[in-house]
Amino acid sequence: MSKIMVPLGPQHPALEEPESFNLLLEGERVAASQVCIGYNHRGMEKAAESRTYLQNVYLLERICGICSHSHSTCYVQTVEDLAGVEVPQRALYIRALIGELERIHSHMLWLGIAGHEIGFMTLFMYAWKDREIVMDILEMLTGNRINYGMNTLGGVRRDVTPEMADKIREAVGQLQERTEYYSRVILGEETVYLRLSGVGKLSKADALRFDTTGPVLRASGVGRDVRRDDPNGIYPNLDFQVITDDHEDVYGRTVVRVKELLESYKIIRQILDQLPDGPLTVKVPNRIPAGECISRYEAPRGEDIHYTRSNGTDKPDRVKVRAPTLANSAAIAHMLDGGYLADVPIVIAAIDPCFSCTDRMVRVTDANSGQAQSMDWESLRRYSAQWYRKQGMDFSRIPLR
Amino acid sequence: MENEVLQKIAERFPSVAAEQAVVKHHRIYLSVPNELLVEALSFCYEELNFRHLCTITGLDNGKEYELLYHISKDDGLLLTLKRTAPYQEPVVIPTVLSIYQGATFYERELEGLLGIKVEGLPEGRQYPLPDNWPQGEYPLRKSWKPKQAGGAGQEASV
Repeated sequence: MSKIMVPLGPQHPALEEPESFNLLLEGERVAASQVCIGYNHRGMEKAAESRTYLQNVYLLERICGICSHSHSTCYVQTVEDLAGVEVPQRALYIRALIGELERIHSHMLWLGIAGHEIGFMTLFMYAWKDREIVMDILEMLTGNRINYGMNTLGGVRRDVTPEMADKIREAVGQLQERTEYYSRVILGEETVYLRLSGVGKLSKADALRFDTTGPVLRASGVGRDVRRDDPNGIYPNLDFQVITDDHEDVYGRTVVRVKELLESYKIIRQILDQLPDGPLTVKVPNRIPAGECISRYEAPRGEDIHYTRSNGTDKPDRVKVRAPTLANSAAIAHMLDGGYLADVPIVIAAIDPCFSCTDRMVRVTDANSGQAQSMDWESLRRYSAQWYRKQGMDFSRIPLR
Repeated sequence: MENEVLQKIAERFPSVAAEQAVVKHHRIYLSVPNELLVEALSFCYEELNFRHLCTITGLDNGKEYELLYHISKDDGLLLTLKRTAPYQEPVVIPTVLSIYQGATFYERELEGLLGIKVEGLPEGRQYPLPDNWPQGEYPLRKSWKPKQAGGAGQEASV
């Protein structure tokens, strides 16, 4: 059979971000693939060297439009450690609250995209409608739907009033009810199981070998979570489970994320119950003593890492960022190889890639003839949905509520 | 737990100045002689269970390059092993891919942003800078200044 090289990307209507994959196809199967990323490099690490520690909070928050709070928290933790200040408890609780709300909106967004990629449009519509609940809460708390601007050096910038806490409790109740419904659809619906199981296989050994992180790693049966293993802030005071699953495929990644939503609701209720009184910030000097610090944070996509080197001035000598998608990128090619072309969109989407964070693309190729053929994400997704409908997987038959 | 790990490294590698390590809760920052780095990483992986390479940080401290290998184990301990590389061109360091297979993108980043050649890294496109980026321009070197007005390195116009 002749092989065809299909370049996919870099313009991606689905992922909203440029990346490209070179797929070497043998018939309908992917024989080899190459991940090309780097299109979103904005030189933030260099830019951070010429800005003050405080200006960098706002710069680094803009690394990502989804997990912005993760990046700013991870960064301020390094600076606070270098300055030797102790952040007030109330501020740490509010930081964790925003962090968990961010995880909910990120996982809901992902669930919608996953539905969209497999042609289950109702799931997409439902998940995104319900995501608005948490977006409204974030807007109420911070003034923004994304890039909350909540963190500052030494604490947080806005308080949570008792009225706000009541509204959060009510919203979490609604979200819990909806998530339990998604959980029943995903765990109980045969069509969903048949469509996702065995797709994008990543064994436990491979997940560890490629140093993956977050839900991708946990869906391969490894219970690694910064919130429990190397906790910062108030996470040691909270009772929650690290969700793992041993399906080792896209189905497992879906299960992990849905169950993590339920854990986040649990965490938020505990935060609201325990929220102590006290100040919101502590003064942090403009000049930070010379030193170095590395900090980790469990972002929705996995372990986020920031390293800061200070030199005694008001500007850092070096800020290094390693976003979770970069850690998961090395495993994408492995997950695609041997699979069907029709599965490419969902396999890539299942690592919940965020290439702005990472940089940082996908192209499809036919292996025997070496012919290259361009395919955009939209046409590949349409091909995928039709291909599976011919196999009898029709999501329009699922009863809805 | 931090001191126990440090002691084991000191026993295995007497030439490592373990007493100069910076130790904090769940964190160790330790310099190792350049020629021992790969061996030390391999020892930490095999014998001390540091199975996860968090990332590799490359930096220019104004006098020389520093390479920081951040590795962690499941109990939360994060060990940073440091080596240096002098300014003499070409700057070459060995790959750690034989120990940590997830290191590809981290090492490409060292090549792209700092111009440090990583020996043993398989051929591949550069990362994260674009294909048409001029050769010999490495943004994270302290001597590198952006050329266009308003770019990074200029005073932020607020």
